[in-house]
Amino acid sequence: MDSQTESQTMEVDIACVGFGPAVAGFLNTLTKAMVDDQGQPTLASKVMPGAPLQVLCYERADDIGFGVSGVVTRGRSIKEAFPELNIEEIPMACPVSEEKVLYLMDPIGASKRSPVLKGVDKLLNAGKGILPVWDHAFQLPYIPPFLSKEPGMVLSIGQFNQWIGSQLMASGLVQIWPGMPVSQPLFEGDKVVGVKLVDQGVEKDGTPGPGYLPGMNIRAGLTVVGDGPFGPVGQKLNEHFGFPEDHHQREWAAGMKVVVELPPSCKLQPGTVLHTFGFPEPEIFGFLYVLPNRIASLGIFVPSWLDSPVRTSYRYLQHWMMHPAIWTHLEGGTLLSWGAKSLQESGKRGEPFLAGDGYARIGEGSGSTNVLTGSGVDEAWATGTQLAEGVIELIKAGKPFTRANLEETYVKRRRQSWVEKEGEIAKKARDGFQRGVVLGLIGMGLTGMTRGHLNIPAAIKRPYERVPTLEDYCRGRIPAEEREKIKQEAKAKGVPAYQGIMDRLGWPQIPFDGKLLVSQQDVLLVGGKVQAAAGFADHVKFLSPELCENCHPQLCAEMCSAQAIEPGEGGGIPRFDREKCVHCGACMWNCIRRRENDSERTNIDFSAGSGGLHSAEN
Amino acid sequence: MSAEYHIVVCGSVVPDPLQTLAPMQGPTGPGLKNELMLPAVLDPFAAHSLYEAADLAKKNPGSKIWLVSLGNKMKLQQLMMTIAQKVSFELVALDGSASGFTDSFEVAEVLAGAIENIAGLDRSKLLLFGGCSSASRDAGVTLQMIGERLGLVNQFLAVDKLTSEDGGNLRILERIEGGEYQVSTCSGPPAVMGWATGNLPEPPNNPQVGMANMRTIMPALQKATASQVGAAGMTFEKVELPSQQRKTRIVKDTPVEEIAREIVAWIKG
Repeated sequence: MDSQTESQTMEVDIACVGFGPAVAGFLNTLTKAMVDDQGQPTLASKVMPGAPLQVLCYERADDIGFGVSGVVTRGRSIKEAFPELNIEEIPMACPVSEEKVLYLMDPIGASKRSPVLKGVDKLLNAGKGILPVWDHAFQLPYIPPFLSKEPGMVLSIGQFNQWIGSQLMASGLVQIWPGMPVSQPLFEGDKVVGVKLVDQGVEKDGTPGPGYLPGMNIRAGLTVVGDGPFGPVGQKLNEHFGFPEDHHQREWAAGMKVVVELPPSCKLQPGTVLHTFGFPEPEIFGFLYVLPNRIASLGIFVPSWLDSPVRTSYRYLQHWMMHPAIWTHLEGGTLLSWGAKSLQESGKRGEPFLAGDGYARIGEGSGSTNVLTGSGVDEAWATGTQLAEGVIELIKAGKPFTRANLEETYVKRRRQSWVEKEGEIAKKARDGFQRGVVLGLIGMGLTGMTRGHLNIPAAIKRPYERVPTLEDYCRGRIPAEEREKIKQEAKAKGVPAYQGIMDRLGWPQIPFDGKLLVSQQDVLLVGGKVQAAAGFADHVKFLSPELCENCHPQLCAEMCSAQAIEPGEGGGIPRFDREKCVHCGACMWNCIRRRENDSERTNIDFSAGSGGLHSAEN
Repeated sequence: MSAEYHIVVCGSVVPDPLQTLAPMQGPTGPGLKNELMLPAVLDPFAAHSLYEAADLAKKNPGSKIWLVSLGNKMKLQQLMMTIAQKVSFELVALDGSASGFTDSFEVAEVLAGAIENIAGLDRSKLLLFGGCSSASRDAGVTLQMIGERLGLVNQFLAVDKLTSEDGGNLRILERIEGGEYQVSTCSGPPAVMGWATGNLPEPPNNPQVGMANMRTIMPALQKATASQVGAAGMTFEKVELPSQQRKTRIVKDTPVEEIAREIVAWIKG
């Protein structure tokens, strides 16, 4: 091998994987301790004697602000990190001014509602004039404190990442490299000694092609893993170490959203927050956050317990936008951006081992998301801060990054913090959803009101164990003959079946206007600005293709946010188009075939990939 | 036999054309809506010239590349994190406007002044590279003016290919009117090359290159001198983007002739 084909190795002190709120919190705290008042280094490098600590961060996306979402957060940990912060200094951010929760009734009659919900809808409609019911929506008169985000802030995580990333880079103390996916951790026994970057100049299947550049080995004393809920390093650590007893990651949701320039007629004020549930399916939750300058970030969450073999996101998003209670604010607006992302909804129950020899895990992938309050950014930032404080303590004491030392510093801090206490309360909050949306909502209420003492218990199934057959899903709604015809037509054409099924169930066609309501292909271009550079391997692989042959409808394709996976023509292996993928990770947990020798994972391997969303307004 | 070149590439940021670009009249003149929050990319024409410079330097050991960038310091910093992984260069940063509403002469003056101040630059080896045009300023005259200011009389614009020949000659393929090419030969540097598209793909991201570049990039950004290149005293009556029409359709296995026929029919209306 010559120097062009042999993996190079580089030594650093700390290698971070992924630049999201958790790693931003980590680097923000760390850099403040790296120099003294005179600007002199205070934390010395081990790998480069005489130099300051060498800290690098590798981000998969092509820029540090791409591929993330609008959020509402109490922002406690962020405010603590910036006590003098004027929220409006952050682009596209402002304080929460008003918060409402809306129960959306079905004005179309196409959603799959239980008799209980149908009864609720009838009662609410009957109470119009007395109850706060308008535009087929009921405004909850009270927001439980555990759900309320006031006082908090609404912001674009894309812009927030750019804002904090610029400050970190300007300090000259850390390097944040976008466009550089990490493929895996480097192990020496059970010790993590760094990470390996992805190979470049390769064909779709990973074999070397023109301009082959093997992924570099980045050896680090500490690897900070903040690559999100399905990041390749986190996944490989889960595979290697397993989970603590009774912990697993079985609950997921696909979040899909748009950023819209609201019409001049819209009366919503900056800082307005709307939470919705009940429509387009009872299991689908929605959000609308009004940012400054008549911009709104809005979208839906499609959970893994929406028991449908033809569940999808984009069409449901458009039906939700067109619900009268939402459309009244949006009509005449312009779509600016679009994106999607999987959320790990197991929270504390999905917590992996937080630290080991040479590594520590922070953020969403470390189980920090609070599934009761629906809060993740605040917690992620806090875990990053806690790790940084622990790391500073260890470096100053001259101690190595062993499991014991990281447990004693980082993990101890985390266990004593509000993140842990509130996460523990929330741990079983969503279990009731395993038994239906009504019991789920009651369970959340119980958990919230009793601070975790009561909940609706349920066994947590793996996502693939919940998905009914198309026959069962359509029973009583579509005659068998018609259902079979729709299925066979979709199969023959190699297209998802959800369009035909939804049409038949009475969902109307979306009246595309080219401005706000656009086709899924167009939303990739005008909304997501999706790009993929050449020379990288496919990051979605169907491990045992024979399992796909007998799978129909192929839920990986039905739920694909970007139509990057299409069903195999005539029912064969699905086709993956890397250039359309937005790296939302939904295929990974929507595959309904379990992996051989691993009941917790599916037949789809989702690894490190390049490209994806290029919109900075997310 | 290889030659040593001192290649100075002029290139800066333009707003990522994938983003929502909405011209607007601001308090200090025309600009783009939310301009500071738009991600920036290296001007595509300048990017071609940088990749060509890297290739030429690689083929001619001992050569050196400087990237002279005039733009908002914050935006330059973000941009550098992307391109510093691709090509080895030394950055000369100038903090000023890179919007489309600057004056070409002022820009040329500032860039030429910065190039004159580069320590260790051997003018006899100088190849001045840049885009023949810019994605944000399309007068296409800046590079020529820098060349004139530096006394470089051999100027080649809309270059697609540059070959360094034995004996030190440079063979240049230039686009000219009518869709034709002109082949020129000059005896070597100094010369100006305004690149059109070049022939090279974007280099892969190489962390080692990035690390090496970082040693000079951050200090250069910190030393970036403020440069006034705005069109002071000018007023713009109106700014607007051409209207766009989008009608995307996914087709498979359609013969190119049929696609061409459809496009022609669509253009004819």
